Amino acid sequence: MTASKPTATQAGATAARGYRSLSMPARYLINAALVVAFLVVGELMIGGGVVSRYQTGVIEQIGIYIILAVSLNIATGYLGQLPLGHAGFMSVGGYSCAIFIMRMMGVAGVTMRDFTSGSPAAMGLFVCGIVFGGVCAAVCGLVIGVPALRLKGDYLAIITLGFAEIIRVVMQNIDGVLGFTLTGGAKGLTGIPSYTNFLNTFIVVAISLFLIHAMMKSRHGRAILSIRDNEIAAESCGVNATYYKTLAFVASAFFAGVAGGLYAGCIGVMAPAKFGFMKSIEILVMVVLGGMGSMLGSVISATVLTILPEALRAVSDYRMVVYAVVLILVMIFRPKGLLGDYDFSMSRVIERIMNHGRRPEDFAPAAASASDAGDITSPVEGPGAPAAPSDEGAGKEASTHE
Amino acid sequence: MSMLSVSDLAVSYGAIKAVKGVSFDIDEGEIVTLIGANGAGKSTTLNTIAGLIKPDAGSIEFKGVALVGARPHRIVESGLALCPEGRRVFTHMSVSENLDMGGYTRSDAENRETLELVYEHFPRLKERMNQEAGTLSGGEQQMLAMGRALMSRPKLLMLDEPSMGLAPILVDEIFEIIQALNRNGTTILLVEQNANMALKVAARGYVLETGRIVKTGTGAELLVDDDVRKAYLGG
Repeated sequence: MTASKPTATQAGATAARGYRSLSMPARYLINAALVVAFLVVGELMIGGGVVSRYQTGVIEQIGIYIILAVSLNIATGYLGQLPLGHAGFMSVGGYSCAIFIMRMMGVAGVTMRDFTSGSPAAMGLFVCGIVFGGVCAAVCGLVIGVPALRLKGDYLAIITLGFAEIIRVVMQNIDGVLGFTLTGGAKGLTGIPSYTNFLNTFIVVAISLFLIHAMMKSRHGRAILSIRDNEIAAESCGVNATYYKTLAFVASAFFAGVAGGLYAGCIGVMAPAKFGFMKSIEILVMVVLGGMGSMLGSVISATVLTILPEALRAVSDYRMVVYAVVLILVMIFRPKGLLGDYDFSMSRVIERIMNHGRRPEDFAPAAASASDAGDITSPVEGPGAPAAPSDEGAGKEASTHE
Repeated sequence: MSMLSVSDLAVSYGAIKAVKGVSFDIDEGEIVTLIGANGAGKSTTLNTIAGLIKPDAGSIEFKGVALVGARPHRIVESGLALCPEGRRVFTHMSVSENLDMGGYTRSDAENRETLELVYEHFPRLKERMNQEAGTLSGGEQQMLAMGRALMSRPKLLMLDEPSMGLAPILVDEIFEIIQALNRNGTTILLVEQNANMALKVAARGYVLETGRIVKTGTGAELLVDDDVRKAYLGG
């Protein structure tokens, strides 16, 4: 899907002689066409009644979990940290989006029915609400991230876990402190208009994935990746590590908030109990299962792990067992996740076809291969152990799932 | 007026005092070396100059500007680059992406120019520009780390143990490159355990022992100094 946006490195790398490549506009056009085609097919299937109402709801949830997994992937996969409070940001986004829309409905003159019929005012309100939810979550991310990112590894995990619990408790008790009804306390926030549907979920997912992808392929993304690879080296290259760690963390929180906003409209009820520790773990499992640092991996595992519990509803007594077994098997046989850090690129596949299956490496300058023979290959291996070769086979197999 | 002057620098890791009042200076165009055994405080000194560690006391001035307290990326922008110990290339990025990262503080146009210069000094890197840095040999990784540091167009390049873990023939090659860089106008601060090689190329040297400078002189003087010979050059 949108994980197949072209990479700047491919376009930016000095093209090897004789290798036919796609221009940037062509890459964007192909991907945009695929996204639109996917959207049209989806809409037609829902409109034509091929997909039931219940299934549409599941599809919306898939979209929401895709955003959650991909946004958490910014902090875990790309930045290399381990935050365990993603559900906290999701709940902040969900509550603030839902409350914003509910309070603004009167001001904007939008009724519940307008969200289903899709009047311009309702759409505008939806966009404002989603962005508002994202911004609120991002502000929380900033407040939490600045102190938390001084810590690493387990400590960061513990402090983010703690913050998520604080958010949950605040949501539960804030009404009593404020003296009026804001979040609905432990009972939850009810009467949220169902402003989430397949169309706007799909568009928000596509835009989120595109923004995250574009960010990671930009110079800012490169800086974030360099911090994961080696923080000291990144700093001595002139990367402001503190700034970029915070940026990645805040971006991660923003998109979690966006997903939270969609979630509130999809479920219709917000209750603090839904955003406990297990929700954060659930999202983290999606990222780890898909492969940390792989956007396609997160998309696939979010899809599978949302459908799986639904599909296993018939044998609901055993579904948690099956879920656990699947996880254990993946961790045994693919410890780096399904895709490792492989990412799928539609343009790369098309370029392979254009060049009759040959890769850019096959077109490498002649000088490189000729000098190899007479070269001194150092007998001493550096401490930077050679990275595991990227698993091409797994990637191809996965791309057929798309 | 010296280019870099460090005075009474003291650095500690918790309760352990790694550097206890080190003072030295470097003039423009020189190669200056800090030699000493493991744990003498050589790398700590370099990392402190680069802003990666905060000193307890002392001052560092680079071209008349105080560096203590400045963030590492500001220090790189001011023209002082560190090539850290143990190479530390970005293993998951290609050679050219690594070099791009080195020029992070510079504009793309400047980087294209600098890249040609770096490839001139390290032709091996050009051959391997699309290869993942983690798959390079140790010597190539060292060249990449040096090339990456050069991409920020430093006035002063600090090299931390560039010969560590390399085959003798590669050590010679690396030192030749260091001298070539210096001839092209880069001032170099070199930290080495391979005192013999370092003193041969350096204009001046400082000998560090447990966080203090115990001896200083020109490279040639230190090479024939009895104490230095005994301690670091194998008699």
